[in-house]
Amino acid sequence: MNPSVDALRATFGTAIGRALESCGDTIVYVARDALLDVMAWLRDTPEQAYDYLVDVTAVEYRDRERPLEVVYGLRSLARRADLRVKVELDPQGDLTVNSVVPVWRGADWLEREAYDMFGITFQGHPDLRRILMWETYTEGFPLRKDFPLRGRFSRAEQVRQALAAHPEAHYSMEELSIAEAYEELPADMKERLRRGEHGKLPDSE
Amino acid sequence: MSKRTVELELATPGVDARGEPLRVPLGVAEPDLGTEHMLINIGPQHPATHGVLRLVVELDGETVVRVIPHLGYLHSGFEKLGEYRHYNQIIPLTDRTDYLSPMANNVGFALAAEKLMGITITPRCTVLRVIACEMSRIISHMVWLGTTSIDLGAFTPFLWAFQERERIYNLQEMWTGARLTTSVTRVGGMMADVPDDFVAGLRHFTRTFPKTLSEIDRVLTRNAVWVGRTQGVGVLTAAEAINHSLSGPMLRASGVAYDVRKDKPYLDYETYDFDVVVGEHGDVYDRYLVRLEECSQANRILQQALDRLPDGPVNIADPRVILPPKSRAMNDMEAMIYHFKQVMEGVKAPVGEAYVGIENPKGELGTYLVSDGTAKPVRWRIRPPSFINLSALPRMAAGHLLSDLIAINASVDIVMGEVDR
Amino acid sequence: MKHVIETKTVSGQSPNYLLAKFQDLVDWAVNSSRANSLWPMPFGTACCAIEFMATAASRYDFARFGMERQAFSPRQADVLICAGRLPFKLAPVIRRIYDQMPQPKWVISMGACASTGGIFDNYAMVQGIDTIVPVDVYVPGCPPRPEGLLYGVLLLHKKIKGESLFDHVPRREEQPLDDRGLRLPPGEIDEISEPFGNSVHQFRSA
Repeated sequence: MNPSVDALRATFGTAIGRALESCGDTIVYVARDALLDVMAWLRDTPEQAYDYLVDVTAVEYRDRERPLEVVYGLRSLARRADLRVKVELDPQGDLTVNSVVPVWRGADWLEREAYDMFGITFQGHPDLRRILMWETYTEGFPLRKDFPLRGRFSRAEQVRQALAAHPEAHYSMEELSIAEAYEELPADMKERLRRGEHGKLPDSE
Repeated sequence: MSKRTVELELATPGVDARGEPLRVPLGVAEPDLGTEHMLINIGPQHPATHGVLRLVVELDGETVVRVIPHLGYLHSGFEKLGEYRHYNQIIPLTDRTDYLSPMANNVGFALAAEKLMGITITPRCTVLRVIACEMSRIISHMVWLGTTSIDLGAFTPFLWAFQERERIYNLQEMWTGARLTTSVTRVGGMMADVPDDFVAGLRHFTRTFPKTLSEIDRVLTRNAVWVGRTQGVGVLTAAEAINHSLSGPMLRASGVAYDVRKDKPYLDYETYDFDVVVGEHGDVYDRYLVRLEECSQANRILQQALDRLPDGPVNIADPRVILPPKSRAMNDMEAMIYHFKQVMEGVKAPVGEAYVGIENPKGELGTYLVSDGTAKPVRWRIRPPSFINLSALPRMAAGHLLSDLIAINASVDIVMGEVDR
Repeated sequence: MKHVIETKTVSGQSPNYLLAKFQDLVDWAVNSSRANSLWPMPFGTACCAIEFMATAASRYDFARFGMERQAFSPRQADVLICAGRLPFKLAPVIRRIYDQMPQPKWVISMGACASTGGIFDNYAMVQGIDTIVPVDVYVPGCPPRPEGLLYGVLLLHKKIKGESLFDHVPRREEQPLDDRGLRLPPGEIDEISEPFGNSVHQFRSA
């Protein structure tokens, strides 16, 4: 068992859930609200020094009773140690977890992918929108277990929707200029941007 | 005065009414030219984007202000398909993720599945897998060299690099019957042992390959155009590279000596004598040097692996995991039952999860498998190295010229099958 | 002499040996020129694009078959070679590229994924590019060997050489999308895209 687990328990107490070992890798469960603190602590504490984020992904089990897990792979390059941190979410409930982009820039696209595939909302992510599927994709979140392998619509409908998409759709100039100030935007504009509407600012309407 | 006349006046020095040449008085600011940023769209069908990547670039004149990559044009649902396949049936899918180094992907998946099932592979299989990985490293870096040199205006290295690829393809074909989609591993072994003249063929390759490398080195490394277009372009510091989770040659070119083969060894890589190639400046030129030198190191590893290739079986002797030989399956009742159970039910993995990262040509290819005790994984996650490396592209390209963006994008060494999966 | 005139009937006109000969000559000249100087537009997406590159490189060298100039712009291309799988997200792109190509134009679908969807019978993949654009030659294989692609190109040569400028049926009409935004009727697309073979059994997870 990785000694970081005991150090985590000593520092964060009840925010650290169970820890277990699988195939030689240590897995530690962290309460959802404490995630960002735990991650920043793991990176910045010299004895831990988990400076490298290997992966962010999610797992949904076939057993519907089991919670959906968001999985973070951490690594300390200097100590050559690995730690896997998991956060449990209720798949029927609120799929929201704090974004770790402030800690590791590399989480940016990985979290976008987890959002795209599982529908997990990463709070505080600078630009959370679909990355692999197109932005007006309406069938759902493909890697969820209730999503059928061939999609929800008939093939003809899928072809029709795909051909109706605009191949040159992109962020407008306005969106580009506000992308950096995304957090300060009003909620309805954020919502519109998240739905993939382009180039509609309050001024232009 | 219309905009057009203003431009004309600015463009021509001209003379004033008295015939004196017009001069802009000193200390007077330039009139506001009303510059606007411009959006251009590169891809998804563009020869310089190395596949179906699409870049929307905001330009100020010719300077890149911002790059927005649009991905997903090759999203094929690998991870979803993996949930519907037996472990051995996933191996053909791994070929098609990073199709520039198919054998290394096969090895990465097989190692993860074996870690999950607690299988120890035979000594001969270990060495054969090292050979597979290093052959993949060479052909992948050869594609990178060829396409990048085309992007930067040199056509000759492309032809040389593809010549070398064809030679490795011959060997791969000898071994697996396929040039590209090899599917060479199985859980617990390989799909076949190498044929008789494979070792001699690979030895011949390792003897003659350094000559091509030195030719490419001679053509590019001190070439004024190459140096001018790559040095100081797309610089990433070590701290940035770590914070962006980069891996592979991208990380090492920034000066971080992290190589999974050395730091978390798999397949007994710690017993091979090779150097981890580390760059200094983290620019496109250093990435080129790192990849070029990695080819020679891969060649060294290949030679050592050929020297130590032990005799013995390639597959483990567990009839529940490895298919019996066809002749036995047809004649022996017990072997036939095992054959039937494996084909129809697959190999069951115990409950648990396993992550194995291997040093692919592009970076650390992670395979994360979660099992609930059935023969099909609950989750097959690929940690895609070039996807994560590409996410640093906006950071690297900002402030450079548009033509540098092509060089930077090429230096990431993306393969869209893996970026989009 | 007589039996020759009778067998040469040109598109319902009166039999005219000289005219027929002349038309044959024109067809031969035009078709040979077209067939032997095809400008391919490589729509390379995945694995097949690597084999396409190998076909273009020195060992296989499809310049020998008149395809020296690869047109990366669809406006200056004759034959669209779709090399690799085509996800739905890419479907409008290939359609637009096809629409941008000038007549006469041909399409080669290279590889199993472009032709049928291949092993990717899932939510993301177009099950055969013939639901998006008309296809002239299908090259099977996963990926096809360069020889396979060259054989496909030679088949296309044969097809081009069999065409005639003097047929009165509109030979190469544009095939625009209908008002539903589809190339084929929806039922036909569903039928083409139905799972077949082994993938019928692969609905079950676990």
